[in-house]
Amino acid sequence: MMKPVFMTYTKKDLINLAVCMVLSVLVIPSFITTEYWYTSILIPWLCLALATIGQQIVMGYTGQLALGAAGFMAAGAFAMFNLILRVPDLGFVGSLIVSGLIAAAFGILFGLPSLKVRGIYLMVATLASQFFIIWMIDKFGWFKNYDSSGIITAQDIVILGKPFTTPLAMYFVCLAVTTVLTLLAMNMARGSTGRNWMAVRDMDIAAESMGVSLLRTKVQAFAISAFYCGVAGALFAFCYLKSLEPVAFDIKLSFKILFMCILGGLGTINGAFIGAAFILLFPVLLNAIGNNVFHGAIDATIISSIEQVIFGGLMIIFMIYEPLGMAKLWENIKQKWKTKFPTMNIKNLTSSIGKKS
Amino acid sequence: MVDELLFFMEVLVGGLLAGTMYSLVALGFVLIFKASATFNFSQGAMVFFSVLAFCGFMQDFNIPFVLAFILAALLMVVVGLCTERFVLRPLMNASEDTVLMATIGLGYVLEGLAQAAWGVEVRRLDLGIGDFPVPWIADNLKLFISALDITAGVVAAIMIIGLFLLFKYTKIGLGLRAVADDAGAASSIGIPLKHIMLLVWSAAGVVALVAGCMWGARAGVQFALVDLALKALPVLIIGGFSSIPGAIIGGLIIGAVEKVLEVYIGPFFGGAIEGWAPYVLAIFFLLYRPEGLFGEKIIRRV
Amino acid sequence: MAQERKFKIGKPILEVKNISLSFGGVKAITDTSFDVLEHEVRAIIGPNGAGKSSMLNCINGIYKPQQGTVSFRGQQIPNITPNIMAQMGLSRTFQNLALFKRMSVLDNILVGRKLHTKTNFLEVAFQLPKVKKEEKINRDRSEEIISFLEIEDIKDTPVGKLPYGLQKKVELGRALATDSSVILLDEPMAGMNVEEKRDMCRFILKVNDELGTTMVLIEHDMGVVMDISDRVVVLDYGKVIGDGTPDEVRSNQKVIDAYLGVEH
Repeated sequence: MMKPVFMTYTKKDLINLAVCMVLSVLVIPSFITTEYWYTSILIPWLCLALATIGQQIVMGYTGQLALGAAGFMAAGAFAMFNLILRVPDLGFVGSLIVSGLIAAAFGILFGLPSLKVRGIYLMVATLASQFFIIWMIDKFGWFKNYDSSGIITAQDIVILGKPFTTPLAMYFVCLAVTTVLTLLAMNMARGSTGRNWMAVRDMDIAAESMGVSLLRTKVQAFAISAFYCGVAGALFAFCYLKSLEPVAFDIKLSFKILFMCILGGLGTINGAFIGAAFILLFPVLLNAIGNNVFHGAIDATIISSIEQVIFGGLMIIFMIYEPLGMAKLWENIKQKWKTKFPTMNIKNLTSSIGKKS
Repeated sequence: MVDELLFFMEVLVGGLLAGTMYSLVALGFVLIFKASATFNFSQGAMVFFSVLAFCGFMQDFNIPFVLAFILAALLMVVVGLCTERFVLRPLMNASEDTVLMATIGLGYVLEGLAQAAWGVEVRRLDLGIGDFPVPWIADNLKLFISALDITAGVVAAIMIIGLFLLFKYTKIGLGLRAVADDAGAASSIGIPLKHIMLLVWSAAGVVALVAGCMWGARAGVQFALVDLALKALPVLIIGGFSSIPGAIIGGLIIGAVEKVLEVYIGPFFGGAIEGWAPYVLAIFFLLYRPEGLFGEKIIRRV
Repeated sequence: MAQERKFKIGKPILEVKNISLSFGGVKAITDTSFDVLEHEVRAIIGPNGAGKSSMLNCINGIYKPQQGTVSFRGQQIPNITPNIMAQMGLSRTFQNLALFKRMSVLDNILVGRKLHTKTNFLEVAFQLPKVKKEEKINRDRSEEIISFLEIEDIKDTPVGKLPYGLQKKVELGRALATDSSVILLDEPMAGMNVEEKRDMCRFILKVNDELGTTMVLIEHDMGVVMDISDRVVVLDYGKVIGDGTPDEVRSNQKVIDAYLGVEH
């Protein structure tokens, strides 16, 4: 077990972080210049990964079957819109935090049933939050500033007086927020907070017997999870959609995030990023295959149907063979690699070439 | 005054009958839950898949009504077979939550297959029963009640009574209940788990087909049918996941509450509260009586 | 057991009075009363189905008895929950193991330190100095317990992968980490071989001796019971049929009859 070097991060973590930062801040912006990659892939990936971290907290770590992530995202998005509109002094970052807190409040409210019920029963209760929040936003014109056109444009992002409106600028905003919140989530997950979550997930009666308060831990998990979803929703609306429509935060998005969470790897932060990447990129891949290999002969609806079948099929396959998802699969592969090539690592890679392992 | 009362009666009866439509969907869930203590998230997709196949057989292949129905029912048996073999059997010892996720995956697979095979256009389904008020009821009782609603009510009643009797009084029914209680124990006394699962899932598939026909006749056969499953959830909470009579009572309650709220209270909220009102009602049940009106008490062993 | 004790056996720390518990129509416990003295090792024995585990569950708040009271340090506690009892200083292990399967041995034991963790999630998220200090204290204490129980080499293994005997040790470690005054042990040696049992006895006695922790254990092995307990209470069909020192209980005819299955 590696010792933490800074906060809860081990040396390996810091190396990984450095690599990711170099890639995301220097390499990608230098080499990727087409807007498409930022507006349609990187930005939504960061936003949805952040929302999936929220899902991981409540479901992966705390074991609560919650299905309302998109509802909390909507709460965050519309809170952001209204805050920037009506309380401009808060600024972007301030509004982002308050939006998250507003979403967290909904999380606490709709998380209360978790104190009495579990499993599918809890899922039903959390679905209520999904429907209710969207209905509330739709019905009360105040939230949309009485805009009758149906599509509300998100305001431009302005931080410390500087506009962040180009795809690259918005990418950096998402990157910064996601990085900070991910690092905080890692600290929580690895510390006493995460241990309490996991204790409630694995054996709640034993956890109680050790002094863990189920009430406080569950409500806390729902609140923090909704906070992450709220912030993600605000970013999603302001950097990706650039508009605010309740319909963009429907139950289908909640299911998408659920898939990202489970396929990516339940109970891991990596899993959020892996899952989000997979769910986002796979359709792109399929479309590319459809266009290039079959030269557009296959209808777009057929492609999206095949996509659904594959996602569903993968869910079933993972549940049967690796319920802990792609993150665990990756760990398994790395383990197998380590036992096959025990002396292989970057340092002595060059020196071991030519030697038998 | 009489007019107001009549109007209320109409709303109420309309709601009750609409509720039976929900019951039909809920029934599929109850069957599977009763026999395997599994919540089948793909039930909605099964409704969509089965009735879409039925329409497809009739409209794309010009197969006559009855034969097409039988074919669709057989198709659902095949779906049951594949589900048992490829999804349920490997997950025999998995946790409840894992199986739940697998049924979500199954739902996606069925939805995708249905749309890949039969396309995405909305299809009309003509059962020969009009969705308009029955003339002699309108004339004699001054109530406007749709013929389709009444048919749905009758069909639901027949299915529910039939299934209820099956579960309570036949050997098969007893076996099903044993499996739900403890699959391992049931298997060890010789109850053929595979056959039971196949039977139950196929039955749920046929029930889904019937439900799909009713809903398809009313609203057209379209993807939105899948979301019906979500509507059935409050029905199940109120009636109890494992109760067949519960499915009808729950459906009646939800149907009635939805219609009444929509007509009398909805206007104050700008309408559309039936989206979440049933869920809020369900939450109250969850807090005070999670097993529903007729379900079995949930016991956790330490 | 008649050596010099560092912690002399004191007043009753735990008292159950007139506990009755039924499940539906089945009476698991009927009007049962006994006490546990501070710093002693108290065994609860009896044939299978006698209501022993149910009794521990009543003490710890997992079951709510229809009648009767539980008092801790002379204070009667209404509405017992496992949480309240943990805070008062009572911890436990479980008959069928209730470890956090996906967490490592060290993490499981660290959860036992919950009551000694005062920092909130925000402080943990930002890893403030007081979090690091607290974490170090808790880790050190957990490592102490791990080396005491001689399980250092598995401390990072997810407990779900460990053999039964080692899992039982980890459960004891977790309960010890709470630094409770009373630990309830539900068949701590079930499924262990002779050597493992000897180790477990050694650990239980050492904890009782060095820390003065009151131990209440359900145990089937008569040899163990006679060896390590100060007093024994015997349950049969949910009722107390014997209560006293091991020798007194051993020669109690009713107890002998119960174990031999004689009609009574």
